[in-house]
Amino acid sequence: MTERAWRNWYLIPYGIWLVLFVVAPIVFLVYESFLDLDGHWTVANYENVLTPIYLKMMAYSFWYAFLITLVSLLIGYPTAYWLTKTRHKQLWLLLLILPMWVNLLLKVYAFLGLLGTYGLANALLQTLGIGARQLLFTDFSFVFVSVYIFIPFMVLPIFNALEELPPSLVDAARDLGASAWTTFRRVVFPLTLGGVKAGCQAVFIPSLSLFMITRLVAGNRVITLGTAIEQHFLVTQNWGMGATIAVVLMIAMAVIVGLTGSGRKEGSR
Amino acid sequence: MKRLVQGFAAVFIAAFVLMFITHRLNEAEGYGGGKTVTVYNWGDYIDPALIREFEKETGWKVIYQTFDSNEAMMAKIAQGGATFDVAVPSDYAISKMIEEKLLLPLDHRKLPNLRYIEPRFLNLPFDPHNRYSVPYFWGTVGIVYNREMFGGKRMTSWNDLWDPSLRNQILLVDGAREVMGMALNSLGYSLNDTNKAHLQEAKRKLDRLMPNVKAIVGDEIKLLLANEEAAVGVVWSGDAAEIIAENDKLDYVVPKEGSNLWFDNMVIPKTAKNIEGAHAFINFMLDPKHAAQNAEYVGYSTPNRAALRYLPKDIAGDRRFYPDLDSAGHLEVYENLGKHMLAYYNELFLEFKMQQK
Repeated sequence: MTERAWRNWYLIPYGIWLVLFVVAPIVFLVYESFLDLDGHWTVANYENVLTPIYLKMMAYSFWYAFLITLVSLLIGYPTAYWLTKTRHKQLWLLLLILPMWVNLLLKVYAFLGLLGTYGLANALLQTLGIGARQLLFTDFSFVFVSVYIFIPFMVLPIFNALEELPPSLVDAARDLGASAWTTFRRVVFPLTLGGVKAGCQAVFIPSLSLFMITRLVAGNRVITLGTAIEQHFLVTQNWGMGATIAVVLMIAMAVIVGLTGSGRKEGSR
Repeated sequence: MKRLVQGFAAVFIAAFVLMFITHRLNEAEGYGGGKTVTVYNWGDYIDPALIREFEKETGWKVIYQTFDSNEAMMAKIAQGGATFDVAVPSDYAISKMIEEKLLLPLDHRKLPNLRYIEPRFLNLPFDPHNRYSVPYFWGTVGIVYNREMFGGKRMTSWNDLWDPSLRNQILLVDGAREVMGMALNSLGYSLNDTNKAHLQEAKRKLDRLMPNVKAIVGDEIKLLLANEEAAVGVVWSGDAAEIIAENDKLDYVVPKEGSNLWFDNMVIPKTAKNIEGAHAFINFMLDPKHAAQNAEYVGYSTPNRAALRYLPKDIAGDRRFYPDLDSAGHLEVYENLGKHMLAYYNELFLEFKMQQK
């Protein structure tokens, strides 16, 4: 057999995997989204998604996902830039990744204690003379905790992009008289845009369907599409509606990826 | 590459050795070979000493597994992969499981201790004549409140929650039936009401409660209330007992307009392999002394009338958790309202949650 034919054989395990765990679930999900509570065919679920309550929920989901991504980027880019300049790069990177080894639920529970009325954060605010205020169950705490959880996904792709940027380009720009700011704006940032896109996608897409943090940290004061999906599948047992929201969310994500372009190619190559 | 293969080989060998050892250990302790009873219960919902006593008394070995929601438990039993000989679902889950034919009928001749159960807890609408289930624990839904933070006043009514002084001080449990039921009760309707006009009215009343609501949470409500994160919480009585045990400034009240009366019952799911052992276990738990010991450990209210004698006075006499059911207002068990009505309840609850302050 030729080399090429062998290569096709290697694809079989992955092909089976793809069909069983990627294609089949999506087909089931789409199928389920056209069923009503009694298992009859219907498009009512899709009509329902277009009612004000779900549109509002969708708007909130996108708004909070946008906020989380923006804050992550504003903190993440300088962090990644600084990381490339430090001496003990591997150590700092490890410290950044370390929290990812701790169970997510545990981290979120820790914030319940930290942000509580008698928690550490409020104790600190009081010592500073600002006075205690409600931190838990607010938009602020929701965005804060989400950023904390997602920020490594923003920093790592940007860090990789910056690492691969040849230092000679920066030197050349400076030699040719560009200021530090111009160098950053015209050389460094455009060349690391791929990393930024990859990071934004890695943060924005999972933020859209967050659900656990909305209940634990935001006390259901923030309702996202992820919460609605969980409710429909587990509590209401209205799988049709849950599947419909999931399908809409998937389409929305595909559109976002399509619009921002696949960041990888430009970024890391 | 060679190192990699060696590494994998080492892991495989270690895994097989461990599997062999666990198998032998299980055999040595009497697990396996049809001598076991698998009990599927809520977490932290039994006195472990009773399991040991049951094993000693009967010779059956108990495999104890836990779940954290009726829905998860039902899904696992419906799939049928694992063997469960005894399970402990709640009332509405039982009627659903009967409908879906997930339960085996009980043989009452093998459950002589059933006679100790308080008659008013038998023959309830979710399982007429107790063909499939016998009560394990029961309780109510009510208000936990901090006497100090509530200015020393006593709460008596659901309508106290709407008091403007409670701004941003209430935690609600994240359950559509509980929250909608509370609003329906506060208006004097039944918490099984299916009149859409009444439900809409309840939803409008809930919207007015929103300024007082600090958060709508799950199991963390116990931790949050005990830490005085809020002055008031709407919770199940069992959770309330736990919260009060941790913080004695808190008190529990079942509002006078009425509330939910709930049950967790023992059943034999259709996945059972050891029917004999399952009956033996259920009968063992129905024994008054065992029921009393269990109630003291778990902190929920036992439906076993004869067990009350064995409970310390301060537990059995605590009117908050053993209310006089004739005068405790109008307590109702949730009826299975059907998928469509439940979806409507959930829709209204979701709309309520979407309200912004």
